[in-house]
Amino acid sequence: MSDTTIIQLFVFMLAGFVGIQTIHRIPPLLHTPLMAATNAISGISLVAALVLAGSGEGWLAGLLGAIAVACATANIVGGFLITDRMLAMFNRRPNPKNGATP
Amino acid sequence: MTHTIIQLAYLGAALLFISALRALGHPDTARRGMQFAAFGMAVAVAATLLDARIVSWQWIVAGLIVGTVAGYPLGMHIKMTAMPQRIALSHAFGALAASLVGIGEYAHGLVHGTLTSFQTASLGFEVLFGSLTVTGSLMAFGKLQEILPGRPLLFRGQNWLNLGLIVLAAAALVAEIVTPGHPLVFGSMAVLAALVGVLFVLPIGGADMPVVVSLLNSYAGLAAVATGFALDNTILIVVGALDGLSGFILSMAMSRAMNRSFANVLFGAFGAAPTVDAAAAGGASGEMVATSAEDAALRLAYASRVVMVPGYGLAVSQAQHQIRELGELIEKRGGEVRYAIHPVAGRMPGHMNVLLAEAGVPYDKLIDMEEINEKFADTDISVVVGANDVVNPAARTNAASPIYGMPILKVADSKAVLVLKRGRGTGFSGVENDLFVDPKTSMLFGDARASLAELGSEVKIA
Repeated sequence: MSDTTIIQLFVFMLAGFVGIQTIHRIPPLLHTPLMAATNAISGISLVAALVLAGSGEGWLAGLLGAIAVACATANIVGGFLITDRMLAMFNRRPNPKNGATP
Repeated sequence: MTHTIIQLAYLGAALLFISALRALGHPDTARRGMQFAAFGMAVAVAATLLDARIVSWQWIVAGLIVGTVAGYPLGMHIKMTAMPQRIALSHAFGALAASLVGIGEYAHGLVHGTLTSFQTASLGFEVLFGSLTVTGSLMAFGKLQEILPGRPLLFRGQNWLNLGLIVLAAAALVAEIVTPGHPLVFGSMAVLAALVGVLFVLPIGGADMPVVVSLLNSYAGLAAVATGFALDNTILIVVGALDGLSGFILSMAMSRAMNRSFANVLFGAFGAAPTVDAAAAGGASGEMVATSAEDAALRLAYASRVVMVPGYGLAVSQAQHQIRELGELIEKRGGEVRYAIHPVAGRMPGHMNVLLAEAGVPYDKLIDMEEINEKFADTDISVVVGANDVVNPAARTNAASPIYGMPILKVADSKAVLVLKRGRGTGFSGVENDLFVDPKTSMLFGDARASLAELGSEVKIA
């Protein structure tokens, strides 16, 4: 294993601890927005898809990359929008706008 | 230089992502945090476009356009009741992206002869978890969307078949790590994993979906971690770890709330229809006492502390707005109304909170199980709507009951209970509910939505 790999394992381990600490603090009230949010954030795999799609190594790599780019982009765009939509609904006061919809 | 800029952009993005999860700790800060995260995402993606390995643009542009066009309606036009299947679908998207990147990078390494054992291992894990999650999530989507039958599909030797397939896939992965460069072995591993994904979700019924959806979230995260290791991409490792852990923590919380051990969940042995011997379970004895909307409304109108207990039946009959209206009418008459939310009241973690928030219930009235359980003793009347097993006192008192040990809302502690129920049948687990025959319980039979509306108009004139 190279030094890079070792450093990456450290990063993985530390990110894991940060994750546990952070996620345990999130109340059950917001668990659905949390899932939508992690979905949106995990769209960061777009950066790997972009490199594959733009590698110029023939149409197969391009096509696989393009599908991956489309999937990840859909998660980013849809994920951030729906998380924002949900979080906008959590108000302290009764929201007449929400309440009015049948 | 460009490389440094890209890495620094990733570092900034990681900081914003973690801060966003931190901000999700409270509803007041959550929205702003996620907006910063979206900004971080934009910066990371823009920086990646500077990467020297990107030499052609047509596939990138095509993918970005298709993804944006598909993503916008997935964000703006999905109903909140459809959230579980929408999340399942985006797990499939995320995992498909990871799998395809894995396959593409494998092919790249194969052509250039640069595949090392370590890289093959990372790519292998990526494709293994990726394809398992793709098919598993699509199955979950199909069940939640009711394209596929929601009931568990069982056959003999199911667990052995699953186990056999997992062993085969793992063997293929090991063979490929030992001597990299056999596309056929790599491909069959992907196919086997995809099969496992289908078979894994097949025996799981609709009510167990909260666990499955969270678990698939976790697998999608692990696939992202493997991508990060394969491509030396630190931000993928960080985000994948956060995603994987979040899914893992949620599935643990869900399985605890459903009274299943996590091992039971991991090995897919759940979802089987419980066979209940009503006699051995000490089925409830006594008669249910039916009441009229008029009488019930009178008691609600003069109660000073009311707790609403919504269950999945409420969401099924789309009665969120009716329950909110009833709550507001009681408050107008001076009563205090709160909502008791069981962790598995919806079809995914926290689903019921979103449904009630959408209907306009202020979030500080939505109380988690642990907190509200202390307050039932001071409650004049609890209104149970479309919930059954999660309020069954047998879970605390009857060791022979199949739901014994399951954390429940202690509705039976309140001074009086009103249960809105479609008919006299048992709940999902098939267990009789002692609460319904308790002397202080009155039953109001009928469709939840119609009953709530009727109660509302009666409270108004009471």
